[in-house]
Amino acid sequence: MSDIFPKWTNKLPLMAGVAAAVLGVTALAGITYYFTPKYTRVGYQPKQPVAFSHAIHAGQIGLDCRYCHNGVEKSWFSNIPTAGTCMNCHSQVRKDSDKLQLVRDSYASGQSIPWVQIHKVPDYVYFNHSVHVNRGVSCVHCHGEIQKMDEVQHAKPLSMSFCLDCHRDPGAFVRPNELVTKLDWKNEGFDGKKAVHDWKVQPGQSCSTCHR
Amino acid sequence: MRKFLAYFFTFWALAVVAVIGVAGLRGSTSRKPPIEIWPDMDRQPKLRPQTTANFAGFADGMSSRLPVAGTVARGSGFEANEFNTGRKADGSFADAMPVTVNAALVRRGQERYTIYCAPCHGAAGDGNGVTTKFGMAAVAKFHDERIVKMGDGEIFNTIANGKNLMGPYGDKLDPQDRWAVVSYVRVLQLSRLGKKEEIPDAVRATLK
Repeated sequence: MSDIFPKWTNKLPLMAGVAAAVLGVTALAGITYYFTPKYTRVGYQPKQPVAFSHAIHAGQIGLDCRYCHNGVEKSWFSNIPTAGTCMNCHSQVRKDSDKLQLVRDSYASGQSIPWVQIHKVPDYVYFNHSVHVNRGVSCVHCHGEIQKMDEVQHAKPLSMSFCLDCHRDPGAFVRPNELVTKLDWKNEGFDGKKAVHDWKVQPGQSCSTCHR
Repeated sequence: MRKFLAYFFTFWALAVVAVIGVAGLRGSTSRKPPIEIWPDMDRQPKLRPQTTANFAGFADGMSSRLPVAGTVARGSGFEANEFNTGRKADGSFADAMPVTVNAALVRRGQERYTIYCAPCHGAAGDGNGVTTKFGMAAVAKFHDERIVKMGDGEIFNTIANGKNLMGPYGDKLDPQDRWAVVSYVRVLQLSRLGKKEEIPDAVRATLK
């Protein structure tokens, strides 16, 4: 029989087993690493129609987030500002700049600037901005250090586990409510657990909290 | 076939390198929209705010609609009264605020002022906010006699509708907030122009 099955074939099952195990572990590792919003969403940085720099406006000039995103405290949706908001300053500041041509056109015509939305949770997730920013959850938790970004990119995964990290332990994340837009705030002695108790923060963990 | 494992590991290593080469690492910057691996109901045929509406009813293609002519949004101040317009029944500007001025109103005003007004008018109302470094000209100083003497209703109206080079802030400050900002502008004026005698006796005694 040795002519048909040479001696090395005795090791074949072992080798096949090793190969299968290596393939399986590799596939698992690949899925774990890639099949998550930490890979699919983080880093998304679309080219915007107007080269608006948050680093200049929110960082260097120090405008409050709410100067432009003025609906965030009242609405579930944090609005993109109207062209009129830009023109409050840019009717005078750099008023002839080519980079602002689209803004001026939009202001004159009433047609929207086709900004590209970056942070998009799935349509079956009902995230409410106002309830978060009115209970000491800062913009920075979900959007990252916007005040340092020339071009905004998706900095956090916004996955379900990302939401639940905070919903399970809000005390570790909340801050004094008047500081939600102070993106570089460092917690020095603020007792988040006490605040969660005092403000009666009840971040639900049931499905219907976010999915309706 | 003796070298089965050697071949296998070579191909395995090449495959891993190829996948990482094509797919990249977590967090790397990309212009391409996020991959939705299981796009079950991620994107539903409904309109979200401020998006494009490919919908015959909306000729301008905008999903966020302006109010239909002749209608008002719930909770919007539409009645033409002093609280909503800053004007008296005869059309002249109100002299005083039609709201109760208390510490809460002033604090709210301070917060709103800091967000929406201070960039140009400055934290103390001196007309030297950060934007003036970049070419904003003719920013009003609140300590000028003209504005000290201006009626509360006229300041309210300027906030709501803008004036000269200043744009309108009525979309950012609802009537209650506008009155709160007016109250804080008055605070800034008093902090600079107030006289010692105007401080209540009980408070003055605690000052040095």
